[in-house]
Formats: sequence, C-alpha cells, structure tokens
Amino acid sequence: MNHELPKWVDYGLIPFLNLVTAFLGAGLVVLIVGENPLEAAYLLVHGAFGKGPGIGYTLFYATNFIFTGLSVAVAIHCGLFNIGSEGQAYIGGIGVATACLALDRFVPWYITFPLAIAGAALFGAAWALIPAWLQAKRGSHVVITTIMFNFIASALMVYMLVEVFKPAGSMAPETRTFEAGAHLPKMDWFFEIFGSKLGGAPFNITFLLALLSCYLVWVLIWRTKLGYEIRTTGTNPKAAVYAGIPYVKTIVIAMLISGALAGMMALNPIMGDQYRLQEGFPAGAGFVGIAVSLMGRNHPVGIILAAILFGMLWQGGAELAFDMPNISRDMIVVIQGLVILFAGALEHMYRPALSRFFAKDPASTVAMSKPTQGEGA
Amino acid sequence: MDLSVILQVLDSTVRLSTPLLLAALAGLFSERSGVFDIGLEGKMLGAAFAAGAAAAVFGSPWIGLLFAVLVGLVLALVHAFASITVKGNQIVSGVAINFIALGLTALLGQSWFARGGRTPQLSQEQRFSPIELPGSEALADVPILGPIYADLISGHNLIVYFAFFMVPVTYWIVFKTRFGLRLRAVGENPAAVDTAGISVVWARYRAVMICGVLCGFAGAYLSIGQQAGFVQNMTAGKGFIALAALIFARWKPLNAMYACLLFGFLDAVAIRMQGAEFPIIGTVNSQLMQALPYILTVILLAGFIGKAVPPKAGGVAYTKER
Repeated sequence: MNHELPKWVDYGLIPFLNLVTAFLGAGLVVLIVGENPLEAAYLLVHGAFGKGPGIGYTLFYATNFIFTGLSVAVAIHCGLFNIGSEGQAYIGGIGVATACLALDRFVPWYITFPLAIAGAALFGAAWALIPAWLQAKRGSHVVITTIMFNFIASALMVYMLVEVFKPAGSMAPETRTFEAGAHLPKMDWFFEIFGSKLGGAPFNITFLLALLSCYLVWVLIWRTKLGYEIRTTGTNPKAAVYAGIPYVKTIVIAMLISGALAGMMALNPIMGDQYRLQEGFPAGAGFVGIAVSLMGRNHPVGIILAAILFGMLWQGGAELAFDMPNISRDMIVVIQGLVILFAGALEHMYRPALSRFFAKDPASTVAMSKPTQGEGA
Repeated sequence: MDLSVILQVLDSTVRLSTPLLLAALAGLFSERSGVFDIGLEGKMLGAAFAAGAAAAVFGSPWIGLLFAVLVGLVLALVHAFASITVKGNQIVSGVAINFIALGLTALLGQSWFARGGRTPQLSQEQRFSPIELPGSEALADVPILGPIYADLISGHNLIVYFAFFMVPVTYWIVFKTRFGLRLRAVGENPAAVDTAGISVVWARYRAVMICGVLCGFAGAYLSIGQQAGFVQNMTAGKGFIALAALIFARWKPLNAMYACLLFGFLDAVAIRMQGAEFPIIGTVNSQLMQALPYILTVILLAGFIGKAVPPKAGGVAYTKER
C-alpha cells in the first residue's frame, strides 16, 4: 500500500463500510424471500436490545463469542489461523462436564466453578496440542489439521456421550442434568442496577470471566515477554528465530492458550444454561469467533464489541424468525457468512478507492509533507 | 462373506465416493493454481440446492445440472474475486462461502417450497437415473465377471461415469497441456509466470472457475443423482472429506481417485457393519469409522506416511512488482 490511511479510516470507516455492505446484502436476501428489510432490521434490533431478557440473551451469546474470538486472536498474533476453535470448545465441554458430574452433589458452585474452568481450559488446550506440535515441528498446515480435528472432535463427542456419559436407561445422548452445585448464578443483579429485569435469559457470571480473559489476553499480548515473542513470531518467524525466540515453543504455547480460551467457552452454555453436556452445544460459536476476531482487529476491546454485535444477530435473529413467517433462524447463518465475507475476505475492497480519496485531500497531503509530526503515534 | 455382499459394499463405495471425487478434482484445479479452497463444502451444497430446486420446477435433470453448475460457478467467482483480485484471506473467504451456502439454501428452501428446507421429492424423470450398460443382462450369468460387470460397473447414473472419466481428463489437462503447465506454474512460482508475460490473475481465475463447475456436478449428483431432492445440509462435511482426500492424494488426480475410493469404502463399510458383531474385534465402532478419513489425513500431514507438500505459492495472493 503506497498510501497510509489515517487511523480512524483504518479502524473505523473501513470496518463500518464493510459492515454496511454485509447488511445491504442481508437486506437483499430479506427482499428476495418477500419481507420488508427495514421492518426486519427493526425487529432484529428490537429483539436484541428492546427488553431486559432480550439484552440478557444477547450478552449470553456474546460471552461465547468473546471466548472464541480471543481464541482466534491469540493464534493470529502468532501468525496461526486456528479454525479449530469449534472443536476445542466442544472438547472443552468434556472437561466441564467431568468436573460438574464429579462435584455437583457435594460442593457449592463456587468450588465447582474453578475446577470446571481448569477442566475446560485443559481439555481445550489438549485438543489444540497435536495441530500445534505438527505445525511447529513438521510444518503441517494448522488450518487443515484443525479442520480435521473439528471432525474428529464431533465423532469423539458422540462416542463419549453414548458410551461414557449417558446415564443407564436414558435414550438421549447427553449427561444427566447437574445438581445445584454446578449451576452458575445468573447476573440478574446487574440488570437490576439499571432498573431492568433479566427474566428467563441465561446471562450468568461466565460473562465476568470472559471480560477478565479479555484483560489477561491484553496483558499477555502487549505487556509480557511471551506476548512479545508471540507477536514477533507472528510478524516474521525468521527474524524471531534469529533474535533467539524459540520457534517451536512459542507456536505450541500460543496454540495451547488459544485452545484453552476456546475450551472455556463451554462453561457458559453447559453450566449457565443447559446444566448438562449435549451434542453440538457450541453450535458454530467457534466459527463465529473467526468473524469476531477479524472484525475486532484481534484486539480484546474490538472483540468485545464484535461479540456483542454477533450476540445481537443471534438473539435478534431468533426473534426475527419468530415474527416473520418467511424468515427462519437460518437467516442468522446467512448474515454471519456475509459479515465474514465482507468484513473478512473482502476487507480490502474499499481500500484502493479510499487511499485515492484521502491522497487527493489537500489536508492529508499537508500532513504527509511534515513527516516528523505523526511519527511517534 | 459371499460375492454378492462384497459387490454390494463395493457398489455403494462407488456411489459414495463419486461426490468426493468430483469435489476433490475441483479442489485440485484451484489449489494447484495457488488458491486454497476450504469452500468446496459450500459450493457443493449451493449446487445441490440449485439442482434440486431447478429439477423440481422445470422437470428436467439437465436444467437442474445447469443451475447447479451456475451456482457453483458464481460461488467460485466470489472466492476468486476475494482471493485473487482483492487479495483477501483465502481461508476466510472459504469459511464465508460455507456459511452463506448453508444459511441461504435452508432459508430459500423453506421460503420457496415450505417443506422444512427440503425441495420437492423428484420423480424418476426429473433426476439422473441408473444407466444399464449394454450387455449387462446377457453377461450376468457369467461367473464372477458377469455380476461384477452387471452390478458394479453397470447401473450407475451419468454423473458417476462422468466423475471417473474426469480423472484421466484432469490428469491430461493439468500435466499434458500448456494451460495445465501454466496452472501449475502459477501455483508454484507466480513471479516466473508473470515474467514470461502470462497473466497470473487470468490463469488463477480459470482454475477457480473450473473448480466451481466441478463442484456444481458434485452437488447435482447429491440432490438429483443419489437422492431425489435436496435436504438441508445434505453435504454433511463431504466437502471437507474431499479436501482431506485431495491432501491425502498429494494433489494428484489418480491418487485422488484412490483416496476417494478409500474414504468411500470406509463409509460403505461403516454403513454395512452398523451393529454387526465380529469374532475378534467385537462391534465396529461407527464413530471411529467416521473419524478415520480425518485421522488418516492428519497422520499423512504429520509426515508419517510420506510427505504431503502443498503447491508452494498456495494461499498467497500474487502482487505484481512495480
């Protein structure tokens, strides 16, 4: 790129234009199935933010996406594309369920929770270990191995549910329902501060854990030696090795952290909503993490905002499907795909035009002729 | 186990490996030219829906096939535009196409046909029906060879024969023509091709478009060949198994056929053996059988059974030097 764009264009205008394009595409789809796009947009936003329970669901889904978004982001900082967050979250569920099944009858939730966190992180990280090691040691492309591991995870989960976790005499492939010792408290007090009500929404304290994870990831990536090594390896692996950064170790650790974060996503639906381990519970949250990380520019703050946007889509989309007969829940998947396409793959579509526009602008030409000014920023 | 059981399993192997083979060959064109494609699944699914819907509306499998190819082509062009023209991330583009196809086929299916995302059940004339090869009845009484010819080789639909016919054709195009040489060259060293005055962009575009067309055939096979109509998410990961097969085959057409037959065979055996008891191994674990193609591919990628080396310039958009 010969023209550096101003920061607000890069981080503000371009994502905004991409998002607008994606939603125009979604509007076109709504038009094709014979509904009014503006009305659909209203129903979607109202469904997500109109009432207390709606907001509760939006934030509940956002919690999932914060974890998977962070998972993808940590890997990207190391130059790795982890599209296995889905499988790592899924396997993380085994860790959560094991802790819950062992403890829920004997101890209160605040003892079960830390152990479930550990279980989730451990199992999620373990599922990322082999792809990580193969990438670092053998150069097997992590994208392909993590795709394969997603499928292996779903086969393994069916086996675990049917052969190991299913209580005797039950037909459904799921664990027994947990007792109160594995139910996370809901965050209704948070809603009461604002004079609103959570209602039946499963918004729970995992959200706080997600926010804490955001802070810790920020500290890790930008304030620690390991984070520096991860970013250096991600930017230029050869230079990193030359500077004495251990390549294999950095790759493996970054992927383990990524897998652990994905695994922790399992806490939210399992201990906060369903109170049991069910088949297919991540429901695509791992893949949404890719979009969340891309849109959030791999930064925790951006990830929180993008996660809330996708939480809105999931909750508002469900309401939309309820209110408009011609629109099913699949509309969410379509919008998701369009956002990933326009905000991800076609990210640079407007860049050439914008660089030309801002190059012509006399103000920015003046700014460019004084190179000393913005240098430190 | 007698001959008829073996023939049944092999017969369903052929049926199950056909969509994999078409998709794997599709991926071969794209990836050999340096454009990674994890959107095979989405292109197949979109094509399957188009075929099912068009065949039901127009009453002809040929029109169904035409629409399937068109949809495959359009989705491929989206991928090409994103990964070649705009130089976006090819993996992200593939993920996006998979999502869009998954959502749109279900949404449009429900809105147009109102059958829970299915397209209407097709009659015999609306789909590609089995073709009896000449002499299959006459030869049926010949021991061993007769049944093999009548049951295994004869009696498939047109797309099955097309898929296997495409194996030598793909080999010829990719390894014996000037177009194929350029296609491989832009996948290995695009700068050299550019220096020779050949357009890297156009070569890659053509490769990705061929990929879309073949995905169209793969999708059409599912909805108007193998089944009689489109069912929600009917590809169910076949695009990814095809991708695994392509890697397993080290991006070579003939190997791709063997890999697809192997994965198809595993699937056929898993279906056949469901719940059956065996002397030493007990029941065959169906989840293990399902996961086996992926496990084998990971082992191959790890370099324990030979090494899978992808095209050198794969996944990287080409930027002309100024």
